[in-house]
This record gives sequence, structure tokens and C-alpha cells, in this order.
Amino acid sequence: MLVNMLTGSLEQGLAYALMALGVFLTFRILSFPDLTVDGSFPLGAAISARLILGGTHPLLAMLTAVFLGMLAGLFTGILHTRLKIAGLLAGIITMTALYSINLRIMGRSNLALLRQPSILTIAQDWGLSRTGATLLCFGLVVLLIKVLLDYFLHTELGLALRATGNNPRMIKSLGVAPRKMIILGLALANGLAALSGALVAQYQGFADIGMGIGMIIVGLASVIIGESIVRNKKIVFATSGVILGSILYRTLISTALRLGFSPTDLKLVTAFLVIIPLARPKKGWLQGLKKITFPGKEAD
Amino acid sequence: MLSLNNVSKVYYPGEPNQQTALVGVNLSLEKGDFLTIIGSNGAGKSTLLNIIAGDIEPDTGSIGFSGAEITKLPAHRRAAFVGRVFQDPMAGTAAEMSIAENLALARARGQKRGLNRALNKNSRQEFSRILKTLGLGLEKRLDESVGQLSGGQRQALTLLMAVLGSPKILLLDEYIAALDPQTAQEIIKLTREIVKDLDLTVLMVTHDLNQALKTGTRTIMMDRGEIILDIDSAQRKKLTVPDLLERFARVRGRELSDDRILLQTR
Ligand SMILES: Nc1ncnc2c1ncn2[C@@H]1O[C@H](COP(=O)(O)OP(=O)(O)O)[C@@H](O)[C@H]1O
Ligand SMILES: [Mg+2]
Repeated sequence: MLVNMLTGSLEQGLAYALMALGVFLTFRILSFPDLTVDGSFPLGAAISARLILGGTHPLLAMLTAVFLGMLAGLFTGILHTRLKIAGLLAGIITMTALYSINLRIMGRSNLALLRQPSILTIAQDWGLSRTGATLLCFGLVVLLIKVLLDYFLHTELGLALRATGNNPRMIKSLGVAPRKMIILGLALANGLAALSGALVAQYQGFADIGMGIGMIIVGLASVIIGESIVRNKKIVFATSGVILGSILYRTLISTALRLGFSPTDLKLVTAFLVIIPLARPKKGWLQGLKKITFPGKEAD
Repeated sequence: MLSLNNVSKVYYPGEPNQQTALVGVNLSLEKGDFLTIIGSNGAGKSTLLNIIAGDIEPDTGSIGFSGAEITKLPAHRRAAFVGRVFQDPMAGTAAEMSIAENLALARARGQKRGLNRALNKNSRQEFSRILKTLGLGLEKRLDESVGQLSGGQRQALTLLMAVLGSPKILLLDEYIAALDPQTAQEIIKLTREIVKDLDLTVLMVTHDLNQALKTGTRTIMMDRGEIILDIDSAQRKKLTVPDLLERFARVRGRELSDDRILLQTR
């Protein structure tokens, strides 16, 4: 029972980890509060479900999801950098537009993937158990993306992207247009979110129009949990922390379920989970609580 | 090499908080010139530098560089030939990135940035070598984040970064004002050495009149958006700070009243 719960959390944690890495990329690396994720995550689920049902190879369906997710990020980036719409609002606009687009893609609000091929069934065909196939596939995808992301963030372009989030005025004075970096970062992050959506759809066997609601907070919770455990700020450690955070978040959620919380209350639990670390109290009991729970991250 | 022709700038024109920053400024600099700029608070010194860097577009007038007109060229495209150090020691570096990464960012000044690893053995060796010239021991701390450094160390690093990737013009806006006097002296000395080595054209804003006359090759004084005194190197040799204040009073028909500047002259 406990083992089941833990492997379940591990599977889900890996499936959602890519979305959390996307949130890490925007919120932490780029210092851009991007809410597009709530739309790009279900976008990835919708397009991959639709394509798989139409007979497309699951891997090709996943690549398409990445591509469309990147377009969504690009759109938010253009709204913000070209049309000068505030970052939060730009993400909300794209997210809202994507709701209709996702419905169009699916044709209805829910698409079941019963007895459809997926990367999981492909791995099962090699003789693996369902759990074995899931851990292998998701583990490999997450590892591959993590290594690529770590590498990218140490390239010349990656450094420019990180500096844009850290000190835009400086990077401009060194010859980089911050808006290009913002667009690039948003495209990458939402490509990751969509890929994550495609994994989750294959894992749970359906895509649903509502599956993106609150995704940004889930991602943020994972990032924060990861940071509270992995203190080293170096990129390789930070991205590992995010993946770990995603897995721990799922463990917390399934623990909450076992404690008797109803599944419909989980968003409430998650919302409260991120309040303490995000709060920036000047003094008082909340700061005391913060110092205990998240030492080194007190209000600045 | 660098020329400003009739450059004017008004902030918030027509609004109640309208601010005139530059009025018909003409300025021409040759390669190797080292210009020091003085003037009371609000005289337009920072605006002048921001207009050269491309952060601000002038309302009227034009800017030329090496025979080309660059008035409309955005700041990030001018970075290939303009290096700068800001007054705020925090402004010129990325605090959360390492010393080596900051230097790598600067070395690619104005170039296309691709998917090559930004740091390798060669570049790290090169960065160690140039950091050694600072004499601050930073060459042993390549992988530490810049946020760990003191203001003076950060400003020294920013200065190195500002001249990496071979810019032609160096803009220094009160870049030592936030430092303690001793560190400030060291940074000034370092600046002189670097500028001589690289044959840069420099514009340096300072509120220290003494230093303005001792450093560089030419001094201008600004007041209310205009260049009111332009002192070449021959004249500077004989000029003292009291002379300078006296000339200001003669030109403007009033005494210079800026506490920060006058404090320095006591
Ligand atoms: N971003 C800005 N917005 C509005 N007014 C400004 C801005 N920057 C400078 N000014 C005004 O322009 C004038 C010149 O400022 P500045 O160039 O900063 O002078 P200095 O650097 O010589 O102190 C001042 O009156 C100042 O208040
Ligand atoms: Mg100024």
C-alpha cells in the first residue's frame, strides 16, 4: 500500500516535473511570472491525445505538443515585449485563448485514450510491467530534458538568458536584446509544459479541458519545495531540486488524500502550501514561521 | 570619431513635471580622448551618457560614430563599441551568476551568442589572467557568485567587463562615487592603466573637481543642460579648482551651489 503510494507519487512527480522545470525557467531564471502554463499544459495533452487517436506515433505526437507549447509561449512573449502588455496579464490572455483552442483540438471537453498506443504501451511491449515502463519512460525523458536544459543554461545563449532575468540593464549594455531572451525563455518553458501535458495524458489515459487549472501553482509549489531541500544555487543542483520538488509535491498530495482530504480540496491545500514560502513578511509570527520552515529565504 | 550635433532632450514635455535635461549640446571627440565631465546635480551629465549609450533617444539632433549616424541605433546594438560602468556597483554585473560567467557574458559583447559552452579551459585561463591584473585575488574565485563580492570588487569587475570584447568608447558615470576613498583611488588608477593600454575614448562623469582636472585629457563643465566650459589639456595644466569655480561664476553670473561638489573643494 505504502509502496504503491510512493511509486504512484514517483510516476506522477516525473510526469509533472517537466512542467515544473518550465515554471523554474520563467519564474526563477527569467524572473517572469508566466501564467501561460495553465493553458499550454492542457494544450500538450489535447494535441497529443488527438493525434494518437488519429493514429500518429506517440513520439511524434509528443514532439508536436512541444512545438505548439512553444508557439503559445512565443505568443505570450510577443504580447509582452512587442505590445507592452504586463507579464501576468499577457500570460492570462494566452491561457484564456488556449481554452478555446484546446476545446477545438479535442472537439469536446474530454478525450479518452483507452487501448491506444502510448510511449508506455511501447515500453510494455518490451516486456516491462506498467510501473516499470512508466518509471523507465518518464525517467528517461526527464533525465534527457534535464541534461539538455543544464547544458543550454551554460551556453553563451543560456548565459544571456540567465543574465536577462538577473540584470536586464546590464545584459542590454553587453549587446543582448532582453526581449529576445524573454521570448526564447517563454517558448522553452511552455514547450516543456506541453510535453509534460502529453506525458500526463498518456499516463492517466485521457486529456481533459480542465486539467491545466492551477497548474502554475503546482509548478511553483514544486520549485519551492525543491529549493527548500536543495540549497545549492548552481543550475545542475537547482534543476535536480525542481524534479525532486515535483516528486515530493505528489507525495504530499497523496498523503493529504490518505489523511482524508477530498480530491476536490487539493487545490486549496496546494494554494496554502505556497503562501508561506512566497510571503515576504517584514516581521511578526509569519517571519518566525518562515525562518523555521525556509531558513535563508526570509523576506528581503 | 564620436560627435553629438545639437542634441536636446526634455523629459515629460508639456506636462507639469517637465524637465529639461539637454539643450543643443555639441560635442566632438577623437580616438584616445579622455573627457571628464563635471557639473551640479541635474545638469544633464547622466542624460548625455545615456544618449551616447542609446538608452535614451534625443528629441532633436544627431549622434555620429566613425562616420556613421547612430542616432536611432538601439542600446544593445551599440554595445559592440560602447562599454559602460554605472554608478551603482550592483548595476553592472549579474549577482546570481559566477565571476567567470559574468566575464564570459562581457567577452561576447555585441557578438552573436550561440549554443557553444560559454566557458572552457581556455577562457577560464584567460579570465584568471586578466583578473590577476586587478590584484584582488579574484582569479581564485572564478566560480563564486558575484553577489559575494564587495561593492569595490564588483565595480573593479564591472570595469574589466566594460572593456572586454574591445569596445571603442568607455562611459563612466560617477562609477566610484559609492566606494570608499581608498578603493576609489585604486579603481581610478586601474582605469588609467586600462585606458592607456587599449587606446579607448573615455567619457567620465565625476563630482570631484580635483580629480576631473587631474584625470584624462579634457574637461567640460555642464549646467542646466548646456556645456558651459570646455577646457583643453593645455589650459587644464594651469587651472586650479578655485579658478574653475571663478570661471563658472563668470560664465553663469551666479555662484556654483552644489553641496556635494563644494564639500570636495574644502
Ligand atoms: N528618467 C527621467 N525622467 C524624468 N526626468 C529625468 C530623468 N532622468 C533625468 N531627469 C531630469 O533631467 C535633468 C538632468 O538629469 P541628469 O542627466 O540625471 O543630471 P546629472 O546626471 O547631471 O545629475 C534633471 O532635471 C533630472 O531631474
Ligand atoms: Mg547623474
